[in-house]
Amino acid sequence: MDNGLLFAAGGLGVFLIGAWAVVLRAHLIRKILALNLMSSGAFLLLVGAGAIGHAGVDPVPQAMVITGIVVSISATALGLAIVLRIAKTTGRALLPEDRERTPTDRPLR
Amino acid sequence: MTVNAWLPLAILASSLIPGLIIFTLPERAVALRTTLNLGGAVVKILLLVLMMVGVFHGVVFEVRIPLVPGLDFVLHADALSLLFVNLSAVLWLATTVYAIGYLEGSPHRSRFFGYFSLCVTATVGLAMAGNLLTFLVFYEALTLTTYPLVVHRETEVARRAGRIYLAYTLLGGVLLLTGTVWLYALTGTLEFVDRGFVSGLGIDPAVLRVVFAVLILGVGVKAALVPLHAWLPRAMVAPAPVSALLHAVAVVKAGAFGIVRIVYDVFGVEYAAELGVTLPLAVLAAFTILYGSVRALFQDNLKRRLAFSTVSQVSYITLGVAIAGPIATIGGLVHLVHQGFMKITLFFCAGNYAESAGLHQVSELAGIGRRMPWTTAAFTLAAFGMIGMPPMAGFVSKWYLGLGGLEVGQDWVLLVLAGSSILNAAYFLPIVRTAWFDEPSDERIRSVGPGGLESPLMLLLPPLATVAAALVWGLFATMPGTPLDWVQFIASRKYGE
Amino acid sequence: MQTFIVDTPWTIWVVAVPLIGALLAFLWPRRAVATGFAFGLATAAVSLALLWQVAASGPRIYAMGGWGAPIGVDLHTDGLSAIMLTMAAVVGTAVSVYARPYLAATPDKARGFWPLWLFLWAALNALFQTNDIFNLYVTLELLGLSAVALVALAGSGPALLGAMRYLLVSLCGSMAFLVGIALLYRAYGTLDLTLLAARADGGLQLGIPLGAMVAGMLLKTGLFPFHVWLPPAHGSARAPVSALLSALVVKASFYVLLRLWFTFQPADEGLALLLGGLGAVAVFWGSFQALRQRRLKLLVAYSTAAQLGYLFLAFPLAASDPALAWGGSIYLAVSHACAKGAMFLAAGSIMTEQGHDDIDGLDRVVDRMPLTTAAFALAGISLAGLPPTGGFVGKWMLLQAALEQGLWHWALVIVGGGLLTAAYVFRVLGYAFTESSHAREEHAVPRTMEWAALALALAAVSLGFIAPWALSLLEGVLP
Repeated sequence: MDNGLLFAAGGLGVFLIGAWAVVLRAHLIRKILALNLMSSGAFLLLVGAGAIGHAGVDPVPQAMVITGIVVSISATALGLAIVLRIAKTTGRALLPEDRERTPTDRPLR
Repeated sequence: MTVNAWLPLAILASSLIPGLIIFTLPERAVALRTTLNLGGAVVKILLLVLMMVGVFHGVVFEVRIPLVPGLDFVLHADALSLLFVNLSAVLWLATTVYAIGYLEGSPHRSRFFGYFSLCVTATVGLAMAGNLLTFLVFYEALTLTTYPLVVHRETEVARRAGRIYLAYTLLGGVLLLTGTVWLYALTGTLEFVDRGFVSGLGIDPAVLRVVFAVLILGVGVKAALVPLHAWLPRAMVAPAPVSALLHAVAVVKAGAFGIVRIVYDVFGVEYAAELGVTLPLAVLAAFTILYGSVRALFQDNLKRRLAFSTVSQVSYITLGVAIAGPIATIGGLVHLVHQGFMKITLFFCAGNYAESAGLHQVSELAGIGRRMPWTTAAFTLAAFGMIGMPPMAGFVSKWYLGLGGLEVGQDWVLLVLAGSSILNAAYFLPIVRTAWFDEPSDERIRSVGPGGLESPLMLLLPPLATVAAALVWGLFATMPGTPLDWVQFIASRKYGE
Repeated sequence: MQTFIVDTPWTIWVVAVPLIGALLAFLWPRRAVATGFAFGLATAAVSLALLWQVAASGPRIYAMGGWGAPIGVDLHTDGLSAIMLTMAAVVGTAVSVYARPYLAATPDKARGFWPLWLFLWAALNALFQTNDIFNLYVTLELLGLSAVALVALAGSGPALLGAMRYLLVSLCGSMAFLVGIALLYRAYGTLDLTLLAARADGGLQLGIPLGAMVAGMLLKTGLFPFHVWLPPAHGSARAPVSALLSALVVKASFYVLLRLWFTFQPADEGLALLLGGLGAVAVFWGSFQALRQRRLKLLVAYSTAAQLGYLFLAFPLAASDPALAWGGSIYLAVSHACAKGAMFLAAGSIMTEQGHDDIDGLDRVVDRMPLTTAAFALAGISLAGLPPTGGFVGKWMLLQAALEQGLWHWALVIVGGGLLTAAYVFRVLGYAFTESSHAREEHAVPRTMEWAALALALAAVSLGFIAPWALSLLEGVLP
């Protein structure tokens, strides 16, 4: 299959894996990692969009991806800062709705 | 033809601005607050006199402000609105005097009189509304401004009464809103027009019947049509001036006025009769008249007895409207005025009994006549008026209602009127008798000499003035310048050739 | 003066001023409060100048960097943008005035508040004017991150958890939006909304990215069933932050949804019906939850979830008279912004005064803080759609749209929702008038805070009187 479709399929696949993990994984750091995965998937989609047979490579999607990476870094930093605070204030890096289903004596999933 | 937009706005402002200022006054500023209150009431009446003179000379008073895309906020002074505005303004003056005396030394007077003034502003605006949208705006404003008055005492009982009051009145408001928007979607206009605007537009009569029902139910809540009346006895927890205002002037009359407007100026009474909606309304009114009177019989608390009496009496107006004949129209509309004056007298007296003698129950009123002669005299005359005895004004209204029923061949109306008069006598006359002719069982009262418990002047003047008016209008009903004369003029405009 | 207003490119200044203010407030923390407040007022002034400009001389276009679309990014200020910017200015001014005394007791939080708030404002102003979908993404992200940080600023456990949940949901929404952008770019080769409107031709090529973008915006707006993050976040933040979130931030994603809808004008009735249906569920579910709350701030937060549902009723109602339905929805959005902002500010004052916000412990707060109670009451009246407020006008328009088309079920939703709103508003007011033996403290509340809340509530009421003029600005914008 051609490049464009490969990137698209790959991007969508990574995106969906990330989305699944955000919902189902309990530990907040894993959720943040999952979000990063989702954004990587979206970027892959964008890059693929630029790789379709225009005369040369289309720079606009590359610009978008670079901007997106910057945004993603900022969001991750903010998220991690909040997770640290949560861990310090409440003792565990978990949202309340996930606490019941995560016992303390098992390793966190 | 000159169009004057300032006078209607000034009439609204004459109670709105004092009200807003009163909110800011500290509790001890009694003199300033009294001045603002009475000053506003007097100014309003003067402005109304000016307006009537202007109308007599052919000036048109109208205010138009675009409110919603395609619809204006309209204030318009026609004969019917002038009738209701004058009623409201005069009774407001009386109630203000009474309230100043009644609430002397009570907490939160600034708040009370502030909302009091806003309430009257809403009533006056509702009276001058020129289309159904403006009517709706002031109808809801009335609900909102009367709520703080109902919960004024700040007790748990007051809070619950307020909740029930709101539940009913907001439901009515929502029905009125739905009916209004629906009507607008069907007809493209909402302006009040003599003899209505919905006929001749080719709208399906079945749809119009449903719209009529929705609208009437909406205003019927405030007009205390059974079974929408339950808020009224509960609202008795409010101070006496509030009950007087609510039951004679503002809320209940606003509902009745709404029914009048909808039947005469939206649908047109002849078209409404054609549609067949007036007969069910008449039956409902008749049922309310009898039901209210029966319930009143079993109440020992004086204010609650008067509350159920109001439920019954306001439906006379509805009955007059629903009978769909010119004479019945006169009867219903003139009762709007007469009932206002008589009922407010009764509530003033009830307030006097509570405030000056500490009596709340009918069974406690034995022998009070000698100790509070003026109050009881006013009560007696007003009660006679309610029963429909000449020469009180109540007789005039019932006479026209009965005649009106005969005129259109609805003879059963006479039976309802007769039955209701008997019931009225059954729950009013015992009070009168026991007040004048029995000996009090309570030692505290028995030991007082003649006139010993009588209320101070500020609490006496209002009921005496209002009952005197009711007497004069009954005695001299056929003279020009009385409510009856005025109403005859209005009624003639609502019918075709 | 007139030419000065008409000629200056306020479009770009309304974004630049808060941005510069935010940077200055961040770089000089000692002066953060004064700088932030000054630049806040300046932003409001610029927004009003822009409103004047658009009202007088029509929509404006500003090509950033002088390049112009499709190479560069354009800022368009049309009537809808002007209305949204003014809404942000009015609410923003009130919140700024409120926040100074409110945060005076916690200077470290104040130093964090002002830069973040100005970033949020800059993001809003840029979002309301941008005509490029990727720029929309960037401004949405800036908005979301600022909002999350503001929620977390409160520092308490519930606030941090609320902020975390909000961050997760917000980023999911942005990701979905980004996927939509990628697919649209693949299909049509441009990011400019005007060009996309011309090139888009329907079918799955448009449908899938549009669906992804709509889903993303629903997540960010907090429409049922994506509402779970909203009440905890709005309820546990500090009062001025809650006001900003409920009044402005959720409206931004709704605005994006409107723009997408107006640009692409999907003829799909199913999607419109779905959005309206979700809105209806939100109205009822949110109102019932609000009735059940014991704490005032949570009641107000659930009220937001409910009121947002109203905005979506315009989608199924816009078929026969778009101007009426969309105008009503937009007017409701603006009225809600003022009213809900006032409500949260009032709730914050009450909480400051008595140390708790239990509803049955209000203990005649009407006597202790009449201005604040009046603010709450007037705001509640607007939310319930009672005249003569902005909420009444919006509700009237939607009701008219529904009844003109004979769509009784939507009319019942509008009317029923209004009754439920009145129920929970007056529940609070009833307790405000009643004495209670609930334990409480007594602190003084600065008059500025009370007046700010009241001014915002009066703004909601005055919207009821200027509707025909305000709605005339929307000509040419609505489909």
